[in-house]
Amino acid sequence: MSYAVVNILSSQPGWLTAITVVVLLFIALTMMAYMTYYERKVIAFMQDRLGPTRTGPRGLLQPAADGLKLLFKEDIIPSGADRWVFFFAPIVVFVTALTAFMIIPLGGTAFVPFTAKHVNLFLTDLNVGLLLILALGGIGVYGIILGGYASANRYSLIGGLRSAAQVISYELTLGLALVGVMLLSGSLSLVSIVNWQRDHIWLIVFQPVGFILYLISAIAETNRAPFDLPEAENELVAGFHTEYSGFRFSMFFLGEYINMLVVSGIAATVFLGGWDGPILPGPIWLFIKMLLFMFVYIWLRATLPRFRYDQLMGIAWKVLLPLTLANILITATVKVLIDRL
Amino acid sequence: MADTTTTRPIIADMPHMPGIDEQSVESDRVLEGGDREMILNLGPQHPSTHGVLRVVLRLDGEVIRACDLVIGYLHRGTEKLGENARYVQFTPWTDRTDYISAPSNNLGYIMAVEKLLGITDRIPERATYFRVILAELTRIASHLVGIGTHAMDIGALSMSLFTFREREMILDLFENYCGARLTTNIMEVGGFQRPIPDTFWEQTREFLRVMPERLAEYEKLLNANPIWIGRTKGIGYISREDALSFGLTGPLLRAAGVNYDVRKALPYLVYDRLDFEIPLGENSDTYDRYLIRMEEMRQSLRIIEQCMAQMPTDGPLMADEPKFVFPPHDAVMFEAEAMQRHFKLVIEGFSPPPGEVYVGIENPKGELGYYIVSDGTPHAYRLRIRPPSMINLQIVNKISVGTMIADLIAILGTIDMVLGEVDR
Repeated sequence: MSYAVVNILSSQPGWLTAITVVVLLFIALTMMAYMTYYERKVIAFMQDRLGPTRTGPRGLLQPAADGLKLLFKEDIIPSGADRWVFFFAPIVVFVTALTAFMIIPLGGTAFVPFTAKHVNLFLTDLNVGLLLILALGGIGVYGIILGGYASANRYSLIGGLRSAAQVISYELTLGLALVGVMLLSGSLSLVSIVNWQRDHIWLIVFQPVGFILYLISAIAETNRAPFDLPEAENELVAGFHTEYSGFRFSMFFLGEYINMLVVSGIAATVFLGGWDGPILPGPIWLFIKMLLFMFVYIWLRATLPRFRYDQLMGIAWKVLLPLTLANILITATVKVLIDRL
Repeated sequence: MADTTTTRPIIADMPHMPGIDEQSVESDRVLEGGDREMILNLGPQHPSTHGVLRVVLRLDGEVIRACDLVIGYLHRGTEKLGENARYVQFTPWTDRTDYISAPSNNLGYIMAVEKLLGITDRIPERATYFRVILAELTRIASHLVGIGTHAMDIGALSMSLFTFREREMILDLFENYCGARLTTNIMEVGGFQRPIPDTFWEQTREFLRVMPERLAEYEKLLNANPIWIGRTKGIGYISREDALSFGLTGPLLRAAGVNYDVRKALPYLVYDRLDFEIPLGENSDTYDRYLIRMEEMRQSLRIIEQCMAQMPTDGPLMADEPKFVFPPHDAVMFEAEAMQRHFKLVIEGFSPPPGEVYVGIENPKGELGYYIVSDGTPHAYRLRIRPPSMINLQIVNKISVGTMIADLIAILGTIDMVLGEVDR
């Protein structure tokens, strides 16, 4: 089956693109909000608790209540803070996370009823999509570092520094873990990678090591347990966002959760065939696969203690990096050999 | 009035540690070559200082170069209160020192008062066994909180919820017997006034049945967990000499290989009739201390089981010492003499003979001692508490230098101090 993969920006009218953007934004924010609910419910189940129950039926309105609460909270700026940087940092985190989310293709093309038209279920098919997402992740970290620096708080500063060191180390393995995928599928475009997997087989089969390395690096990249050192509550109070309150804090929070969705989305897209799956429509498949990854996130958070700073760096440089390099080498060698034969 | 000039200076004026600029703890020290060592003020409001401990750290990056503990934020003058309250009135204050293990604190104080009165031998056997049961339940509750919060500080979030779930069963037991859960005021001079309800024994049996599998569950989560081992093995090493010279007691001392447990060394109550072991450590690190606390909980379960088997099923719970113990509640309501006795005990209290006593018991956190000097009045002339937490806490300055911030949190967790007891 061949798919005509075309750049949406040239193939579709502008208003349709605008609608897609709005719809995607809505999906991203709703999903993010209900990811917090999902996390709280799952972790409550693991910890023998109930989780949110009071707000709406089964606590389903809890995310909305949380959002409203944060909106109405006082916005406190510490007197010693670097005001502009303090103001700018959460926006960097939020915008980069949201932009990265836009690039993940939710599906192939869909037939619109009552018209004779096909609509793309992805905003744009960039030929360097994977690279762009990695780059956006790299920029997003600036928000954390700058936020930590601008708060004029020592916990924040240490949190920001930890984040800088952590992300530099894990960005490397994160990118390199995906090189195997790029080599096999021969593309950096997410849509092409999914189509390649549809034509051949899900890439997790050829890249199991790459998949695991990606998963570990992605968890570290998104500052989640057991790699949640930049905001380690028991050490640094709240780490880089100690001084943030109200909506500025919620931007960091939104950014973190959207980043989790992004790395889950990429994992689902490049290793598990993205929207590819029988019977159910594409976006639903992608959603199920992302939920699976989110579950892993929550599971780890409920189970594992936190690494120490030096242990974290040790794992990145002494274990993960050599493994990713070996993975690339082996993948490339095998591919060349098979192509030759 | 005490001379105010000789008392401890207020915290802002204190020279905190050698090497820190005297003017202010907020000033960073600039090293040769332009590097700066940062002062980090951890607490008194901080998620993992277990209350209101303040730790001032001098950091080189994340490595601790110097560490100073500032205590006193929870000081309530408990000892002074003990010198101004009648003996029985002071019992509830002992709840509030180490508020995680209230019944055990009660026990230490009550035993000291009884020794002062000279009625230690007059306590009925049934009451003595029941005291041991309550003390051991307290030990389990305290270790559960200790391990749970310790694990949570290191990042194992679920552990605290699991351990608090089991602690809840113990609190329910206390509630069943005396109505209170945290600050129980459960022990009385002379024994126990209230009869033990049958449901108490049912609940205890249920607890004894459930607890071993739950302990196994914790161990499944932590014992072989590589991150947990990485965070606790070799962290917070205390040498045997240090442990002894700092006067450490409890799991910290036993982890250093010193076989000292008041229950074995100087048996009190009925501990000499019970068969239990004192777990000892080999490496004297945080991981060892965790294992020791787990094993102590198992031993406590054994002790409770034996007590339940050995305890006389019938007999009085209260010593027959009308001058010192309160009459039964029913008698107060219907008998004139009992009412008068009750009135006199409440209004006047009892006056022990002049003298001084020290009673040390094995509290969950170490040796808890009560030293009482009586001058023959209904108030203690001097009441001194030997708080295990405070004395154990002294070692932190020494063992945290050269470690990282995260290790300090692990060390504070493994010390398992309660600030209510440290500051009193």
